[in-house]
Amino acid sequence: MNGEKLLTARGLTKSYARSGAEDLAGGARFVAVDGVGLHVYTGETLAIVGESGCGKTTLARMLLRLIEPDAGEIQFGGQDLLRLSGEELRQARRGMQMIFQDPFASLNPRMRVGEIVAEPLAIHEPKLSKNERMEVAEAMLQRVGLESNALKRYPHEFSGGQRQRIGIARALILRPKLVIADEPVSALDVSVAAQVLLLLQELQGEFGLTYVFISHSLPVVAQIATRIAVMRAGKFIELGDAEQLLRQPTQQYTKDLLAAVPEIPVR
Amino acid sequence: MELPTAQGWVRPVNEVSLQIGAGECLGLVGESGSGKTMFSLALMGLLPLGARVNGDAWLEGEATADNKKIQNQDGPGRVGAATSTRKNLTTLTEAEWRVVRGQQIAMIFQEPMTSLNPVMRVGEQVEEAISAHQPKISKAMLRERAIAAMRQAALGEPERRAEQYPHQLSGGLRQRAMIAMALASGPRLLIADEPTTALDVTVQKEILQLLQKLRRELRLGLLFITHDLGVVAQIADRVAVMYAGRIVEEGSAAQVLATPRHPYTQGLLAASPRLERGKLTPIPGSVPQLTALPPGCAFEPRCSLRRSDCSIAVPELRKASAQQAARCVLI
Repeated sequence: MNGEKLLTARGLTKSYARSGAEDLAGGARFVAVDGVGLHVYTGETLAIVGESGCGKTTLARMLLRLIEPDAGEIQFGGQDLLRLSGEELRQARRGMQMIFQDPFASLNPRMRVGEIVAEPLAIHEPKLSKNERMEVAEAMLQRVGLESNALKRYPHEFSGGQRQRIGIARALILRPKLVIADEPVSALDVSVAAQVLLLLQELQGEFGLTYVFISHSLPVVAQIATRIAVMRAGKFIELGDAEQLLRQPTQQYTKDLLAAVPEIPVR
Repeated sequence: MELPTAQGWVRPVNEVSLQIGAGECLGLVGESGSGKTMFSLALMGLLPLGARVNGDAWLEGEATADNKKIQNQDGPGRVGAATSTRKNLTTLTEAEWRVVRGQQIAMIFQEPMTSLNPVMRVGEQVEEAISAHQPKISKAMLRERAIAAMRQAALGEPERRAEQYPHQLSGGLRQRAMIAMALASGPRLLIADEPTTALDVTVQKEILQLLQKLRRELRLGLLFITHDLGVVAQIADRVAVMYAGRIVEEGSAAQVLATPRHPYTQGLLAASPRLERGKLTPIPGSVPQLTALPPGCAFEPRCSLRRSDCSIAVPELRKASAQQAARCVLI
C-alpha cells in the first residue's frame, strides 16, 4: 500500500420507489445508499460489512455502474466514471471487474467454461484470434487451480468452489487494477471458502490487485481486510484499520455485530 | 441409507449411530455431500423415491420417564430392553408417519420463505399445523393455541403478526413462525437443518437463544445441522462430524472443538475463520464423490497424517477418551 488513491467515490446515492410494504415506516422511497463516499487505496483490501439490506451490494454495483447511481461521482483512472459513456466507459471498465456471490447464477450455463473466461477478451481485445484467446483463458484457469480440460466443459459440471474459481479467472483475464468481490465465499463450504480466500490473497500479490470485499461475515473479513467499513441503512457508520476496528470498535452497532458472532472457543 | 444412481448404489448415510436425549442438543456437522441432510430426511420419512434404509431409528414412547432416544444403525438389531411405546421410524407406514411427522418429530429448514405458503396468512399456517393433528379442535381453541405457539416462539405482537403474510416478515420473524409451526403440536424432537445460515448474525444469535430456551423449557431433543463450528459451540451439548456419509468424530461439543482427534475435524477448525486475524489453513483437495470413494478411509487422500494402513479398510469408530470417539487409525 503506498497511499495512492485508486478510486474515490463521493455522495453516491440510490433510492427505489417502494410499493405495498406495510410494515416499513417512512415515505414512498427506500434509500438503499445514502450519500456514501470512500477512497480505495492501491494495493489494499477494503472490506464493506453489514447485515442484509444495509446497501453494501447496491454500493458495490454502483461502483461499476452495474446499477446507475442517482447522484455522486466516481473518480477512477483520472476520470469520473459517471460522466462517461459508450467506448470511453467500456475502456474504463477494463480496469475494474467483479466477482459475484452465487457461483451457480453468475456463469452462463449454456457457454463452455473456456468461452466464459475468454469472453472479456473477445469484447476488449478484438485483435486476438480465437486460439489466442483460448490460450490466455487456459493459462488463467490453470492459475486458479483448474485443469485444461475445463475449457471445453460446462459450468454445471463443476462444484461451487470450482465455479467461483472460474468467476475469478474471468474477472482477472483483463488484468484489472481493482476487483470488487461481492460475498465471494458466502455460498461455499468452510474448507472450500478457505481455499478461495487463500487463492484471492495469492492473486492479489501476484497480479498487484486492489480489492473491495463485500461480506456479511466479520470472521471472513478479519482474515483478509486492510480496512473495514461497517455499513448500516445506506451509510457507513464506522470505517478504519481492520485490526483496530475489530479490537476496539467505537460504534455501538459495530460492537453489537462483533458480540453476535458465534465464536469457536480458543484452544 | 442407499440411493440408486447411474453409477450404482451410493450410501449417503453409512453406519450412522447416534443418540439424542430429552432436552439434549446434538450438533451434526458436515459440508456438502457429507450426508447430514439425507440423515435428517431419513428421520422424517422424507427420503427420495427409491431410497433403501437399513437399520433402526427408535423414538422412545411417552411411557419412558426421561430418555427419548433416536438411535439409527446399520447392522443387526439393537440389544436392550424395549419399553412399551417406542416406534421404529425406519419401519413406519405412510399412515403412521402422518401421526409422527409434525407431532412427535418436527423439522425446520434453512429458507423459511420456501417453507411458508406465501399466499396464506401466518396465523392460518400455524393453525394448519395444529389442526393437521387435531382435526376435531374448535376454531376458538385453534386460534388460541396458534397464538400461544407464536408467543412461545417469541414472535412479538402475535395477534398482529398472525394477520400478516410471510413476505411482510423479516427473515428472523419468518424463522420464528416456522418454529411456532414446528412446536405447535408438542414434538419431542426438533430437527433443525441450518436454520440460521441465511440469517444475519444478530438475528442468528436471537434464534439460537430462543432454541436454547425452548429446549430447556420443553425438554425438547434438538438435532441441529450446521456447517458452522461457532454455532456448534453455542448450542450443542454433543457433536457428530460427518464425512462422505459416515460419522468420523463424535463426542462432547466442548471437547471435540478443543481437542479434535480426527484429521478432518482438525482441518475444519483450521479452515474456519475467526475474529482474530490468523492463519487460515484450507484442507487440500475436495470432498469425494460418493460414487468414487477410496477403498479405505474416505478422508485419506486429503489427510496430512495418512499412513499406509489408512487405505486398506475403513477404520472403526474408536474411543479417544471417555467423551470422544473418532474414526481414525491414529486413535
